[in-house]
Parts: sequence; C-alpha cells; structure tokens
Amino acid sequence: MSARFKTGDRVFVRQAEPIGHVRTPYYIRGKTGSIERLCGEFPNPEELAFGRSGLPRLPMYRVRFLQTEIWPDYRGRALDSVDVEIYEHWLESARQG
Amino acid sequence: MHDGHHDHEPAGKRDHDAPLTDYQRMEIAVRELLIEKGVVTADEIRRTVEAMDARSPAIGARVVAHAWTDPAFKARLLANGTAACEELGVEMGPTKLVVVENTADTHNMIVCTLCSCYPRMLLGLPPDWYKGRAYRARAVREPRRVLKEFGFNIPDNFNLRVHDSTADMRYMVLPARPAGTDGWSEERLAAIVTRDCMIGVAVPKVQ
Amino acid sequence: MRSYHDIGGMDLGPIERSEHDYALWEKRVDAMMVLLWQKKGLLTLDEHRHAMETLDADEYGKITYYERWMVGIAKVLLARGIITTDELGRHMAAAGDKR
Repeated sequence: MSARFKTGDRVFVRQAEPIGHVRTPYYIRGKTGSIERLCGEFPNPEELAFGRSGLPRLPMYRVRFLQTEIWPDYRGRALDSVDVEIYEHWLESARQG
Repeated sequence: MHDGHHDHEPAGKRDHDAPLTDYQRMEIAVRELLIEKGVVTADEIRRTVEAMDARSPAIGARVVAHAWTDPAFKARLLANGTAACEELGVEMGPTKLVVVENTADTHNMIVCTLCSCYPRMLLGLPPDWYKGRAYRARAVREPRRVLKEFGFNIPDNFNLRVHDSTADMRYMVLPARPAGTDGWSEERLAAIVTRDCMIGVAVPKVQ
Repeated sequence: MRSYHDIGGMDLGPIERSEHDYALWEKRVDAMMVLLWQKKGLLTLDEHRHAMETLDADEYGKITYYERWMVGIAKVLLARGIITTDELGRHMAAAGDKR
C-alpha cells in the first residue's frame, strides 16, 4: 500500500464519530493540519481491538496542527502546535488554504 | 467544567493488613491460571518485574548527555530514536521512538491524551500525573498554563510544541544543553537531566 | 459520540502531583501485560485498550490505573478463550485467603 500524502501536504481530519476503538482523538476531528512526516505502515488498531489482524497495514502520519486552528480561544503564540499521529483513512486532502 | 470525583486517581497502594480487593484477587487468579496452563512461568513474571524495576530515567539521561557531547550521534538520534538508543546498548523492545529537540525558540512537551503511552524503556514507569486525566486533557489545550503549574515559566519568545502519542510512536524530549556546562563529563551532564525534562514539563538546571 | 477516555482538550482541573510507589501486585499486572503482549503474542495493546475503554464509565472513574489494567487483561483473556469465567471465579474465591 503506498502512502497518499507527503510532508507538507495540508490535510483535514474527517468528522466521523463511530463507536469502537479509535485512535483519532475527538479534539482534532474536522480540523486541518500539515503532514509532518510519514511514520510508516502499521496494522489498523480499530481492527486489532477486536482480535483481528488489522492487515493490510495502513500508512500512519504525524500531523501538525496550529493551536489557533484547534481552539478558537487559544491564548499562546501563533506557532504553538500539537503534533498528532493519525492513520491515513482518517485524512483527506485539504485543497483550500 | 470540573469532572468531579473522576479527576483524582485513588491511591494505588494498599495497606498490607487490608483484605485483598477484587482486583488483587483477580491478579492472583489470572497469574495462577496462566502459570497452570503453561502460558507463562512464575520465573518469567519475576524477571519481567525485575527488568521493570531496573529501568529509570537515568537511561534516558545517559542518551541525552551523549547527544549533547556528540553532534553526529545527536543527528542520528533525531533521525531514528530507536536505532540510536540501541547503539548505546539500551534495550528498546518494540518501542518506536521519536526524539524531539528543544531549540533556541521551540520547547516540546509530551502527552498521551487517549491513555498513557510513554517511553518506558528509557524512563521507567510513568508518574501518576502523566497518566491522570487532568494532565492528559489540559496539556493539548493550555500547555503554557500546565507548565506554569509545574513551576516552569516558558520564555515569551518560545514556540510550544505538544506531541500527542496517539498511535504507535513513543516520544522523548531532547532538552537544550544549558549554558555553564562547558567541559562537563557525560556523567555530570546526565545528572542534571531529570525525568520531567524528558517529558517536557521542566528544563535542566545547572547546580 | 465521545468516548470516556478521549479527553484531550477538556477542562479537568488541577494536576495532582503526588506520586505513589507501585505495589508488587501492580507490577505483576504490568509484567503480565508485557509478557502476554510482547513475549507471547497472545493479545495486542489495542485489544487491551479497547477492553478498558468499554468499562462502565462509573467503574472506570472509581478504580485505579492498574485495577483497570487488570480487568482489561482478564476481559481479553476471557474473549480469547485463554481462561474461562468459571476458572476465574473459582481461583478468585480461593485467592481470598492468600496474599
């Protein structure tokens, strides 16, 4: 499986809210960030949680979000950020700036 | 909104004379069953506990001190944390380590909002507060206030980068080497690198 | 829907800084998890996490970190058929007299 995104790409996190074991935290769903790096390919934790193999492995990235883009009332510096590890199937390309 | 009685973790230690809790009985029962069924041996459990006891932040401090004195090693550490630590003889197991560097304008802080992921092979077991709900919730939202609570006043011109270990990686902060440490041995340097410096809620102090 | 453990960004009050020494039984819980996962490949970290995430929210809030871990391990072992409920119950009852 080849990775869809590369470092620097703008991506947004899908706003889905399933039950089950999800490693995409609630606070960044629907937010836009930039790919910091591809961490590699790993078995899908959502499947591992139920005793299944989680294969094929999925690309997983560190995505950097500016704090001001996550919290409307953030009081810190403009470049303060949160880096979050996210599996590819939660990400879509964010074409607009 | 204050989350009531759920914020404060009940103390983990039990009085020796107190009757066993359901959970302690469960631990005994599961351990006995696993041994009976040949899944694990008592010896394996004992040795695993001993290995865990042997791990402390001194391991991570040694890696930091070496990175401070050897720029090529530092570059390797930042490129591939696991491989670099293994170079120094640190047993890393399945840990996939990412080391993030504090610089002249950036300070890093580590959290696991979803559970308590922590670089145990380098730092030992995490402190209660790291695993607790207050730190996990607030570190991503108001990190500067959290640092203040830890007594660390981050300078105004520093950008603050929080790392949420949500998936397969584990994180350690490489603190900036403080001024006034020229010519120090690695041992002396390692002694000022505390666990909290490598989590990112403190910085090394020259004593 | 937001899961009980998914708390990033919530306003949850002051950070309790006191730390406790781990009791032997807690270290054994940790050791069993490490052995079952890393050495024996009998369960995955995500099965364990999911087992804890699906604890009743009330219980989750009242029990300690390693108490949660212990229940999580037991739940996964039961789901996988490595132990049975009956065995667990009998051994837990018998353990009441031991230390």
